[in-house]
Amino acid sequence: MKVSLNIGYIPLVDCAPLVIAHELGFAEREGLTLNLIKHPSWSAIRDMVALGHLDAAHMLSPMPVAMSLGLGGLPVPLDALMVLSINGNNIGVSAAIADRMRIQGWDGNFQTPYDTGQHLIKATNGTLRLGVPYPFAMHTELTSHWLGTLGLNVKQGLNLRIIPPQKMADAVAADEIDAFCVGEPWGSIAVENSVAELVLPGSAIWSFAPEKVLATRQQWSVENPELTRQLMRATHAASHWLCQKSNKMVAAEILARPAYLNLSSSVIDRALTGNIRTRTGQISTNVDNFLLFHTAAANFPWRSQGAWIASRIAAREGIDQQAALAAGRACFRSDLYREYLNGTGADLPGASEKVEGALSQATPVPSVRGEMILGPDAFFDGQVFDFGR
Amino acid sequence: MSQKLSITVVDPDPDRARMIVDGLCDAGDYDITVLGDDTGLARKLENLTPDLVLIDISNPSRDTLEHLSLASGASARPVAMFVDRSDPELTKAAIEAGLSAYVVDGLTKARIKPVLDAAITRFNMLSQMRSELDAAKMALAERKTIDRAKGLLIEARRISEEEAYALLRKTAMDQGKRIAEVAQALVTAAELLK
Repeated sequence: MKVSLNIGYIPLVDCAPLVIAHELGFAEREGLTLNLIKHPSWSAIRDMVALGHLDAAHMLSPMPVAMSLGLGGLPVPLDALMVLSINGNNIGVSAAIADRMRIQGWDGNFQTPYDTGQHLIKATNGTLRLGVPYPFAMHTELTSHWLGTLGLNVKQGLNLRIIPPQKMADAVAADEIDAFCVGEPWGSIAVENSVAELVLPGSAIWSFAPEKVLATRQQWSVENPELTRQLMRATHAASHWLCQKSNKMVAAEILARPAYLNLSSSVIDRALTGNIRTRTGQISTNVDNFLLFHTAAANFPWRSQGAWIASRIAAREGIDQQAALAAGRACFRSDLYREYLNGTGADLPGASEKVEGALSQATPVPSVRGEMILGPDAFFDGQVFDFGR
Repeated sequence: MSQKLSITVVDPDPDRARMIVDGLCDAGDYDITVLGDDTGLARKLENLTPDLVLIDISNPSRDTLEHLSLASGASARPVAMFVDRSDPELTKAAIEAGLSAYVVDGLTKARIKPVLDAAITRFNMLSQMRSELDAAKMALAERKTIDRAKGLLIEARRISEEEAYALLRKTAMDQGKRIAEVAQALVTAAELLK
């Protein structure tokens, strides 16, 4: 008998693994029916998971960590079972700011974090109103790392505004924000509406940033080991399907349906192929690692990714670092991933932690089956994060 | 005697907002503000500094409130979602009614519970009304589509209204579809052939 699971998601391109698992029978093959429920906000997803109305959900990677640190809402321990997507955000600025940056000598290049960041700081006189979709999000971490490294006083100069992804373009048009960092297709939508210009892909700040995770209540994964295994296997198979070049067009068509994103597939296509149009009327720029669903062990929930996120949140919220690191590590369930995906053809790395930012290019590393390719995972400024004990 | 509680209701629909306010007024004497337009929500709430914010759980602006509840500047007041994390029943009832509430820290449960109870009742009533309204709207829209499809058949095949309806019904039964679906397909096809 098939079991039906309630799965929450936010209409973004990176909810694709769950949609594909449902639409193309990967869930069915595991004996599951996925009841995919679209949600209007991340807070709503979080509450519904915490209260058990949802069995699992598409979640921002820092959300389970924040929850486990007791921040926001009804703090319930959550697990990140696997990573759903790596990278996929765009940073955009209002047309007015883009003009000012150009007058001050910016060349309009899409993948130059130093030059673009410095011009953005200069054009906004050190006070930047930045729209991000949620306080605990990779968007917040990436932009504060980027602009902080380039000399912006993040505490005083980075004025975060929380705006739902689908309202980002309107917020720029209403001059509520100077810039934004948002998941696709909402950056491209802002370009289509001619209110903004994309200036940097998130991947140019950190080339391997865990963006969304498949999250569930820890209690749920303990009480339902078989369902957890089935759900993870179905999602993993869908991720593998999604990384094949020849499947991207079909994926865009499915995501475009009214039940999911309800937008034109040509806008969705951009994130899937990494061909990003940065300005209205401009030809697109190809970004190699714009959004990864599966390659380079993208789905593996590295303990060190949880630690990196926890360390950043703890520093900002004034929480003890060591305790936070332990909580962050514990959230990213590389143990469950190893146990439940064993035998599916998923390649499992030899270690569960890595030095984040150490790989400037694709590198072979030891794996359970011999060797696998990891990376690149470098930060734009070459910084490395070693949480080794 | 403690001061009147100040409550902000965030709802873009003025009729809904009025009903919620009515419900709260019945429950006690409060200082109530309604925010309909949620642009610049953060700024408006910072100016209002309410003790309690009530908002539909499905309002996309909730994430903005989350951020405010985390803000810990000298002037900002700490806010928690729901009154008391130790009262799961009340929390559950609120969520099921589609209500989320943000409450300033330090208010006693006794002061807040009547507000939440009243709000939960109103939210339940509103969601009932909303589903009834949706059902009515859909029925009306379907009726119109079926009428148009009948019209098309009458014109094209020179048959009576009863015959047109019988034809739609038979086709629907043969194809295992609803009459409204068959009618919609016919109307769409006719538009394309124009």
